[in-house]
Amino acid sequence: MRRPLLALSLALVAAAGPAQRPPDRPAPRRIVCLIPAVTEMLFAIGAGPQVVAVGTFDRDPPAVMALPRVGGLLDPDTERILALRPDLVVVYGSQQELRERLARAGIPMFVYEHGDLAGVTATMRALGASVGRARQADEAASRLEARLRAVAARVRGRPRPQTLVVIAREPHTLSNIYASGGYGFLHDVLQVAGGRNLFADVKRQSVQPSIEEILARRPDVIVELRGGDRAGSGDDLSPWRRLAAVPAVKNGRVFLLVGDEFVEAGPRLGEAAEKLSRVLQPEAWRP
Amino acid sequence: MPARADGRRAAAAVLVLGALATAACLLAPLVGSTHISLARALDRSRPFADNVDAQIFFVARLPRVLAAALVGASLAAAGAVFQALLRNPLASADTLGVSGGAALGATAAMTFHADFTLFGIPPVPLASLAGSLGALVVVYALAAARRRGLSATALLLAGIALNAFFAAIVLFVQSLASVADTFRTVRWLMGSLDIGGYAPIAGALPLVAVAGAGVVSLPRALDLMSLGSEAAAARGVNVRRTEQVALVSASLATGAAVSVGGPVSFIGIVVPHLVRLLVGSDHRVVLPAAALFGAMFLVGCDLLSRTVFAPVELPVGIVTAIIGAPFFLWLLVRRQ
Repeated sequence: MRRPLLALSLALVAAAGPAQRPPDRPAPRRIVCLIPAVTEMLFAIGAGPQVVAVGTFDRDPPAVMALPRVGGLLDPDTERILALRPDLVVVYGSQQELRERLARAGIPMFVYEHGDLAGVTATMRALGASVGRARQADEAASRLEARLRAVAARVRGRPRPQTLVVIAREPHTLSNIYASGGYGFLHDVLQVAGGRNLFADVKRQSVQPSIEEILARRPDVIVELRGGDRAGSGDDLSPWRRLAAVPAVKNGRVFLLVGDEFVEAGPRLGEAAEKLSRVLQPEAWRP
Repeated sequence: MPARADGRRAAAAVLVLGALATAACLLAPLVGSTHISLARALDRSRPFADNVDAQIFFVARLPRVLAAALVGASLAAAGAVFQALLRNPLASADTLGVSGGAALGATAAMTFHADFTLFGIPPVPLASLAGSLGALVVVYALAAARRRGLSATALLLAGIALNAFFAAIVLFVQSLASVADTFRTVRWLMGSLDIGGYAPIAGALPLVAVAGAGVVSLPRALDLMSLGSEAAAARGVNVRRTEQVALVSASLATGAAVSVGGPVSFIGIVVPHLVRLLVGSDHRVVLPAAALFGAMFLVGCDLLSRTVFAPVELPVGIVTAIIGAPFFLWLLVRRQ
């Protein structure tokens, strides 16, 4: 149900991006970006110097740490945004109120929503067109696509393990598990990396499966993904041992992968796919 | 004679509810979102590590059913005690800030990624327990500050103020959280019994046992106190002590229950009324009947929450209110 909606919004992004900047208007030089994944894209396509402020939770690339913060998804600081006199603001689709205010102020916007993997490169190219970096954006997007293709080629023809991709879990328990459903960039990255999504049949970005459902579906591999730069002790994987009948647990194939590349739908997804693939398909990566 | 006939009817009602609650606990683990063979689950000749049916039965389902029974019984009985203590039909564990404190503890633990365990009990249940005990200490101190026992109205108002305070802090903590953490705390507030092990139950049991011992001493005094504290005192009830025991045991039971299953809505406020409509208002009957009905009701609701939309789960707090409210309204209308 969300796929057509998303395709539509991406089409709108793709169409609206360049259209927001008539050919006679110069490329934006004061960009405010509230979405970490898009901030990364802007830097990846060479538009980093044009970014003047970012969202509360932006961490990548390191250059953003020096930039002013103007709120997040739920609490964008309109006043500070306007005070920065931006000529382009990247907003999330659901930030309705902010969008109305910016529209009233006559400030151009680039509207973004998380989607699938194809949406990432499409967004990079649309973004490039909007910020006057079309060629670099196309190069960066093509690099990402090439890297993903290379990973997919490595694992082609190999049996694909049923994989449970865990996005969140209450520390030291098996409670409140969130897993990737059968839609979205994580699901797509898993396909590229040579796995089969345990919850491919649930067409949502995330599912909250019961322990019973995980036991019954018997994943071959369990991969937990965490943003940030290091694992906390709360990322202790020992609670999984309770599910000894699950092949992943029995065969010692429960893994923790740490890094923002796994949680941001940005230009580093190629890296994420390769790291994931090395865990899922170690044979394919033996020299 | 009529008193004895009433007593027999009440005993019969408790027995029937007891049988139904037991049946619910025995049958619920047999049903789930997947099909398992009970014979295979109980087959001891197969190693547990290779027996999926046994693991689904003992790791996924049984702890859930036991947790549901414990949480349902505790919340319902605590609700009945709070309503009698405060002489207010709208009172529940939410009224005195106990579940507000629990919510604050859990929200803070999730937002700040608390990482500590105690006797194998994970951080979120621990923090929620600490929050509810903290709330209890504040309420108790407020109550004890008044020399002549506590006025129900004053206590009620104090609880409302405390709840508003906790709610504000919960929102403050949430405003600091990332979207993902906010989502997780909101989800916790809806209640979930998928605990995947027995540690949270074992952690809650001692508190529930202490609370239960306190509640057992209460029925006669609560009955007399429904006539007003002066009248109760005139009949030999130690009003102050009764109030203290009632407050502490109901709060402990609530705190323990919320630490296991989250603040499951509806049970603490409506199950006691439901039970009174069924068995009358004698607390010797109402308290055990509320506990048994609460257990049976939550076991049933959790069964629905884990099967109806499988493989996706419906938060159990939604099921309790959606099923319970119409049932309660129907009983209310029918009885009038």
